[in-house]
Amino acid sequence: MIHSLFLVNASGDIFLEKHWKSVVSRSVCDYFFEALERATEPENVPPVISTPHHYLINVLRHRIYFVAVIQSEVPPLFVIEFLHRVVDTFQDYFGVCTEAAIKDNVVVVYELLEEMLDNGFPLATESNILKELIKPPTILRTVVNTITGSTNVGEQLPTGQLSVVPWRRTGVKYTNNEAYFDVIEEIDAIIDKSGSTITAEIQGVIDACVKLTGMPDLTLSFMNPRLLDDVSFHPCVRFKRWEAERILSFIPPDGNFRLLSYHVSSQNLVAIPVYVKHNISFREGSSQGRFELTLGPKQTMGKAVESVLVSSQLPRGVLNANLNPSQGTYTFDPVTKLLSWDVGKINPQKLPSLKGSMSLQAGASKPDENPTINIQLKIQQLAISGLKVNRLDMYGEKYKPFKGIKYMTKAGKFQVRT
Amino acid sequence: MEWASQLCENRGLGSKMTDSKYFTTTKKGEIFELKAELNSDKKEKKKEAVKKVIASMTVGKDVSALFPDVVNCMQTDNLELKKLVYLYLMNYAKSQPDMAIMAVNTFVKDCEDPNPLIRALAVRTMGCIRVDKITEYLCEPLRKCLKDEDPYVRKTAAVCVAKLHDINAQLVEDQGFLDTLKDLISDSNPMVVANAVAALSEIAESHPNSNLLDLNPQTINKLLTALNECTEWGQIFILDCLANYMPRDDRESQSICERVTPRLSHANSAVVLSAVKVLMKFMEMLPKDLDYYGTLLKKLAPPLVTLLSAEPELQYVALRNINLIVQKRPEILKHEMKVFFVKYNDPIYVKLEKLDIMIRLASQANIAQVLAELKEYATEVDVDFVRKAVRAIGRCAIKVEQSAERCVSTLLDLIQTKVNYVVQEAIVVIKDIFRKYPNKYESVIATLCENLDSLDEPEARAAMIWIVGEYAERIDNADELLESFLEGFHDESTQVQLQLLTAIVKLFLKKPTETQELVQQVLSLATQDSDNPDLRDRGYIYWRLLSTDPVAAKEVVLAEKPLISEETDLIEPTLLEELICHIGTLASVYHKPPSAFVEGSRGVQHKRIPARAGSGESAESSDVGQSGPSEAPPAVIPSQGDLLGDLLNLDLAPPTATVPSVQPSMQMGAMDLLGGGLDSLMGDDSDTPGGRTEVQSPQPSSDYRERELGGDIGGSPSMGAGLGAAPAAMPASLGAAPAVGGGLGDLFDLGGGVGMPTGSYVAPKTVWLLAMKGKGLEISGTFARRGGIIQMDLTLTNKAMSVMTDFAIQFNRNSFGLAPAGPLQVLTPLSPNQTIDVSLPLSTSGPVMKMEPLNNLQVAVKNNIDVFYFSCQYPLSLLFVEDGKMDRQVFLATWKDIPNENEAHFQIKDIHLNSDVASNKLQGSNIFTIAKRTVEGQDMLYQSVKLTNGIWVLAEMRIQTGNPNYTLSIRCRAPEVCQFVYLCYELVLKN
Repeated sequence: MIHSLFLVNASGDIFLEKHWKSVVSRSVCDYFFEALERATEPENVPPVISTPHHYLINVLRHRIYFVAVIQSEVPPLFVIEFLHRVVDTFQDYFGVCTEAAIKDNVVVVYELLEEMLDNGFPLATESNILKELIKPPTILRTVVNTITGSTNVGEQLPTGQLSVVPWRRTGVKYTNNEAYFDVIEEIDAIIDKSGSTITAEIQGVIDACVKLTGMPDLTLSFMNPRLLDDVSFHPCVRFKRWEAERILSFIPPDGNFRLLSYHVSSQNLVAIPVYVKHNISFREGSSQGRFELTLGPKQTMGKAVESVLVSSQLPRGVLNANLNPSQGTYTFDPVTKLLSWDVGKINPQKLPSLKGSMSLQAGASKPDENPTINIQLKIQQLAISGLKVNRLDMYGEKYKPFKGIKYMTKAGKFQVRT
Repeated sequence: MEWASQLCENRGLGSKMTDSKYFTTTKKGEIFELKAELNSDKKEKKKEAVKKVIASMTVGKDVSALFPDVVNCMQTDNLELKKLVYLYLMNYAKSQPDMAIMAVNTFVKDCEDPNPLIRALAVRTMGCIRVDKITEYLCEPLRKCLKDEDPYVRKTAAVCVAKLHDINAQLVEDQGFLDTLKDLISDSNPMVVANAVAALSEIAESHPNSNLLDLNPQTINKLLTALNECTEWGQIFILDCLANYMPRDDRESQSICERVTPRLSHANSAVVLSAVKVLMKFMEMLPKDLDYYGTLLKKLAPPLVTLLSAEPELQYVALRNINLIVQKRPEILKHEMKVFFVKYNDPIYVKLEKLDIMIRLASQANIAQVLAELKEYATEVDVDFVRKAVRAIGRCAIKVEQSAERCVSTLLDLIQTKVNYVVQEAIVVIKDIFRKYPNKYESVIATLCENLDSLDEPEARAAMIWIVGEYAERIDNADELLESFLEGFHDESTQVQLQLLTAIVKLFLKKPTETQELVQQVLSLATQDSDNPDLRDRGYIYWRLLSTDPVAAKEVVLAEKPLISEETDLIEPTLLEELICHIGTLASVYHKPPSAFVEGSRGVQHKRIPARAGSGESAESSDVGQSGPSEAPPAVIPSQGDLLGDLLNLDLAPPTATVPSVQPSMQMGAMDLLGGGLDSLMGDDSDTPGGRTEVQSPQPSSDYRERELGGDIGGSPSMGAGLGAAPAAMPASLGAAPAVGGGLGDLFDLGGGVGMPTGSYVAPKTVWLLAMKGKGLEISGTFARRGGIIQMDLTLTNKAMSVMTDFAIQFNRNSFGLAPAGPLQVLTPLSPNQTIDVSLPLSTSGPVMKMEPLNNLQVAVKNNIDVFYFSCQYPLSLLFVEDGKMDRQVFLATWKDIPNENEAHFQIKDIHLNSDVASNKLQGSNIFTIAKRTVEGQDMLYQSVKLTNGIWVLAEMRIQTGNPNYTLSIRCRAPEVCQFVYLCYELVLKN
């Protein structure tokens, strides 16, 4: 199981270590540092590194490497999932997951890690159980603790720990009972030079924020549940009911949680919300290149496309770019060669464009590589797959909760090749 | 100094209310200060001090000197303080064992605390104190906690047993904790069950033979119930444990699959992958025509695709596993090619894995799409990735024959880009394409030659030189081209030098008149000016060969080379099977069997996919199946490189080895055998002993190229044989060696020398026709195969009172078309009481009809008295033909190609032969050993047999030193023959 954990910051220093079994010398991280040095980009460090006596499994989150040390055969996904859980927990507790936040709360961090893993076996990873065991730090509580000498460690056995619904604590009380669901879809797509779609898929999630008193039992039904043939559920969802009736039935955790994530891959269901017209060309023997880019809405179901951000890694030979945006602002970083254009909202009547010239190093040959254009965007009030929630019902409690559903579409990895 | 500490103070003040203040004390007397604070009367101060100590500990400062002071704080009713002290204890108890004893009492007391949280905490911490002296005090509290009324305590105690086992295994066994742990599998609380399983699995890892996780249908049922209710982590433990179970039959297998399938929708990817493992393993047992089988296949694709939309690290692990899954069951993902298309900002490790899977999924149906993508990737920024993409195009050409032309034209397009590294990669892969499809795409050579000057990498130069040498007769200025390389001969790498030497010799043999000077130049460069032994030796061999017998030289150097195939980068089938059983583990990420790399693997169990029930020899196979993973011996078909290594062993030890002894194809056989092997010796030996290292590198995918180059350095592989046989003779017999003698002679004698080691076994005659039934004629007989001819040896005895004449014989139709090849030669009449022996040659061209049993033969013998009928059974070895030695490449491909359900397992008992003797013996009966490999004291022989009707039978025989029982696995497209082949093995080995 998981032996030890080292946290390494962007400059390659170990700033925290935790051992769940015997102590492993931090020199084991040298192998990690070697791999880090070899990697051209911080993201390119291989996730699994073997050393003579250990295996190092690492994830990079918020510019911190979480390096787990294992000694025997352990499923690597288990380790990676656990590390993700650690990151989520830190973020949950401290608002952000940064080196400073971790150092500021090092004792809580230590207590958390101790509580999450016992001898390398996961112990309590559910956020609501952890919060009962170890109270998240707040300024108020710290002040109170200092004055009264009380602690931020719970004295009670967390109730959820052993119940059949370990994700929910008992005795939840709210004056305003509310349940919000966000249907968020991300489009991943590769569009080729000519504008035709090579691959397109939708990664969707339904995130919930449920603040309901007692033990509510919810059901959520969809207008078109057939869209969902590839889904992953929160453990609270009753799988059998879904299989039989295509209805989500569950006792929700308290607070924020991800109810389900789904994947729509059949291409005819994936609408492509924008098109890009581009002309990025270099002429042999000339030190100038042309750059022209125009964006337009495609299949948006009549909704506005907002927060559009276009970025592209221009070839290394490009010295500078002199461009003229019809709207928004653009920046070009001559060191990283990253061009980014903050477009904002697309007005279908007046399509945004970015035109101008690029200068190359004098005498350099025509660049070999074709830059890829990366697009981010948002469409409010639309789930691009067409998924719609039909109704939400609550059983088991008497009060009338306030219910809300929001839809949103974003671009995930949306790439246009040139 | 002064101002620095001041600064620290200030910072401490500035960041008040946060823990970072604990980091700022860097003063010299820090420890003393903390000591004072720890002993303070004020509770608050004490707690703050402990916090500071912990903070120092987390950043790796040594605060062990404070041990007694911290332990003094332990007896408190403040839970947080207690926890902090426990944290400290766990870290430092080991270094202060005497002091740690002080803590024992508190532990014992806390284990009785009314608050289950405290009881659990105590039992948890106890187990983390890795001090022998203390451990024994902890047994009693642990025993109580294992039976605690509160499941939270029980589940914590279960893990504690694993901890204790790690410290003192004997103690745990003596105290009976293992049994208590086993009982917990039946606990009413799913979390307790999950933890008990996890603890047992961890303990079992260090006790490979103990029957800790004794899985039977009852426990399986309990685990499946707990699976639905426990935490995600518990689900992983339980699924991994389930994967070790061998279901009794396909129905049980199906019911487990049905209950595991919902896990595919879990949000935790590790749960999903563990579920995939269970399903992949158990579906092997399901009959393929079952509807459920198809349903299950369909259900597997979406979760795998979903894993690819997760974070890159998860994707990486998923991709490594998908790589195995598409090799085992390509049908699952064959329509999902597009999800493996590379996004430009994927991390490089994800890109490379996706590329590999794209090639594996490439087929005629999708090749156009794949090529368009690969061409796109060839213009990316990352040089490594571009190179891999270009190589991938070559691999596609080799894999999908119909696409070869398109691939070549894509490669030519890429060469036109003139991007240096793209051109070099393209030339390397084009060489492979030439090897696969000789004489098809030579028209492109001119284009390649244009780029000669831009090649600066050894591999590309070597490839280009190979092409020039191989097609010297079609390149007008081949001599000029090679000459230009020769100028800087000594600056080239060995790879290029060797290639250049061979290429020039090839050129000379093709155009002897114009190139004499050139060949002399290169030979003298190689033999006189070089200090590389490989190069020198090869130079000498060519030299002598050319000066003694140019015809032989031509035959050797310009011999036809075996074709390469895409099989080379596939994982061996049995290793693949084992890896499928380890989906989701490190083994699956590294594509190596667990035993190969897990630290201190104290005997990792080899897992096998269960055999499909109800097919062929169900009795035997289920027998093997039942014995389960604990008994199943290592079943790793050697990976490519090893196989080569083994071939090498075979070659170089002719007296004991089993070089094919077939007269007509002897020469061919020897050449073939040496083809790959020796060259890899030449290529690799110089820097890596044994030439096996390449297989152990974590990325095995690139190794086939090296061998390819090795393989084609020859066409002259036999060179090396001479080397192996008589290296000492070399320098002396330089110049004008008198005869082919020495090395070469040995090579060609090889077959003859070893040939016919024992001859095939002939069973003693048995009585086929009793005199009573034959009106006085008694016939006994047997069958033999002699020099490729099948003979029926008959003894006819006349027990009647009158003379018998006019003998004739006829066979009924039979399974393999056996028929008399001539008349029964009984020339003189058979007088009473006279006995005569006749041998009847048989052919296999008679009419065919399937008999029951398969080897049954119905015979009619006629004489002047009557016609008599009898039936007899012949050993199948009669039908094993002399050219039954399969090429090892073909063997691997065929083995993989034959479905698993056609595999039958047998035990051959009480054989006291070592593997060499055994394989020699078998060879006498035309059972050919293609490769031998030794793993963990176990010899594995890979053998092939060909029947007269062209059926191939492949076998893997495992021989454990000291164990008289051999395990035999036989695969054949016609599974009904397996049983009879097995009988032949037994017959041959026992006699």
